[in-house]
Amino acid sequence: MATRATAAPAVDERLLRANPVRKLLVRPEMGALVGAIAVWLYFAIVAGNRGFLTAFGTSTYLEVSAQLGILATTVALLMIGGEFDLSIGSTLGATGMIAAILSTTYNWNLWAAMIVALVFALVVGALNGLVVVMTNLPSFITTLATLFIIRGATIGFTRRITGLTQVGGIADVPGFSVANKLFGSRIPVGSGTYPVSILWWIGITVLATWLLLRTPFGNWIFGVGGSIQAARNVGVPTNTVKIALYMMTAFSAWLVAMIQLVLTTGTDVLRGSNQELYAIIAVVIGGTLLTGGYGSAIGAALGSLIYGMVRQGIFFAGYDSDWFQVVVGAMLLIAVLINEFVRQRAAGARR
Amino acid sequence: MQTTTPAPLIAVENVSRYFGQVVAIKDITMSVNAGEVMCLLGDNGAGKSTLIKLLSGVYRPSEGRILVDGTEVRFASPRDALTMGIATVYQDLAMIPLMSIARNFFLGSEPTKWVPPFRRFDVKRADRITREELAKMGIQVRDTSQPVGTLSGGERQSVAIARAVYFGARVLILDEPTAALGVKEAGVVLRYIAQARARGLGVIFITHNVHHAYPIGDRFTLLNRGRSYGTFAKSEVTREEVVSMMAGGEELEALGHELEEMARQDRDNAAALATAGREFTAEARDIERDAEDRTEPTA
Repeated sequence: MATRATAAPAVDERLLRANPVRKLLVRPEMGALVGAIAVWLYFAIVAGNRGFLTAFGTSTYLEVSAQLGILATTVALLMIGGEFDLSIGSTLGATGMIAAILSTTYNWNLWAAMIVALVFALVVGALNGLVVVMTNLPSFITTLATLFIIRGATIGFTRRITGLTQVGGIADVPGFSVANKLFGSRIPVGSGTYPVSILWWIGITVLATWLLLRTPFGNWIFGVGGSIQAARNVGVPTNTVKIALYMMTAFSAWLVAMIQLVLTTGTDVLRGSNQELYAIIAVVIGGTLLTGGYGSAIGAALGSLIYGMVRQGIFFAGYDSDWFQVVVGAMLLIAVLINEFVRQRAAGARR
Repeated sequence: MQTTTPAPLIAVENVSRYFGQVVAIKDITMSVNAGEVMCLLGDNGAGKSTLIKLLSGVYRPSEGRILVDGTEVRFASPRDALTMGIATVYQDLAMIPLMSIARNFFLGSEPTKWVPPFRRFDVKRADRITREELAKMGIQVRDTSQPVGTLSGGERQSVAIARAVYFGARVLILDEPTAALGVKEAGVVLRYIAQARARGLGVIFITHNVHHAYPIGDRFTLLNRGRSYGTFAKSEVTREEVVSMMAGGEELEALGHELEEMARQDRDNAAALATAGREFTAEARDIERDAEDRTEPTA
């Protein structure tokens, strides 16, 4: 106690010691930012003269990043809230198929079909959330179950209704031209054009970051993921938070499904497979902890950017694309190790 | 009696709580007044946890009444108790280690600005208020954006106490706030309990450590096996009496020796330490000699 008594008046001197550089370095997305710069530099060197640096090259990797990034941003919020959602890949496939079948087989206006698909996604999200909060089972398992149920049902219903596993011809249905402007157009910037999905990606990242850092709801997300019991004790509506987070991941699955539906003017029953895993990888590379309570939406965006650059960079560099998964796996491992170190610094180490 | 003295902030009258066949607590009566530290003492299984869960709205009593300001109340949830100014700080679940001090401080009651749907968490105000409130309790933090995990256990408890005080607690229920702490850390927390009392709060301090309870407590309620031995003002009991009541009359004989030891340690800690030191030295010498004895034949 004697040491405290002497330390107390010296508070100003102690305040000065808080190092702004150190504070920046412990931010969750710092590792991903450094990683993104390193990956870009690497491919700029090995594939710079093969088109990686052109406007076309940039737009191809940004498009890949954008589609994953829209998923990863909401997955990041959910994971900060301490849960997983493995069902988004299937939800992506199902919502795309619902909109496609309603608009082609049943001649609905594309917008009406899209809205029905959105309602379906939100219901799936709410159900995922309800199961988690009511059973207290690990969401890794419960959403693994929904992953299979939704994928299987998508294949089953599609085959029963259309007799096929693919549906095309979306470009001919009423409402397509506006949907194409919103989800599928390209915007000219400088010498090239860029897909509009990049704007959706940026928009959702900004919105998620604002939600997370600047609203009470964002504080609740951290609280629920950090210690659900403590959050509940101080009056945070923990169940509402979790259900809302699952509805957000389902929403982003729907959005990506609509973008892909319009871009390819069709869909197939397996669309979105493995996207839930890539989204988790992007989130973890972005510095979010698997255990919840810590992370960032900007980090998830940077993780998605790295994913897109590696995927397209390998193509531009002329490497065998078989090696892509090896690289992604290795990056995931490195990211997890760095995150663990950061977490220990933040939560355990007395400094 | 109520005509001359103000009603206690919170009181329980003859409350019992059963869990099926198990009698967790039976016929407990106790109260806490403004500006008073009431220590709730008891060994493990004495019913302390059940009693505080009744007071904080987690459980409802099976029998008996809970009174706030002399009026009978029925808490439907912990939120109900909180709105009546009864705040509970739990031992392990007070703070979220990965979150910043300011975010922890306001979790669940974030200050906002602007109107919906643009209503936002006023981070600057949260930082400023957190800093001010902690300073009032005599806690200086370098940076309110540092994670709570970087604070010591005692500091975490203190921040939780400061938070409860800021959010209008009139009664502060502290569940074993010093249990996991070292001597120095516990001292820090005890000082903040004294601060809260000085600010006119009623404090219910749950502990099984008499050495923490006795210096700070004004009155002591002793629980043993779900029943109360009654409430004693500090002037009525000695520390040794408190210890013996906590342990329970039947076990007293068995504990007699241990208690004497404790009392002697309190009076003359230095002597005990010196003795212990001598014993250790002697023992160390023995071990050394044994080790030499054992190694020599093989060498």
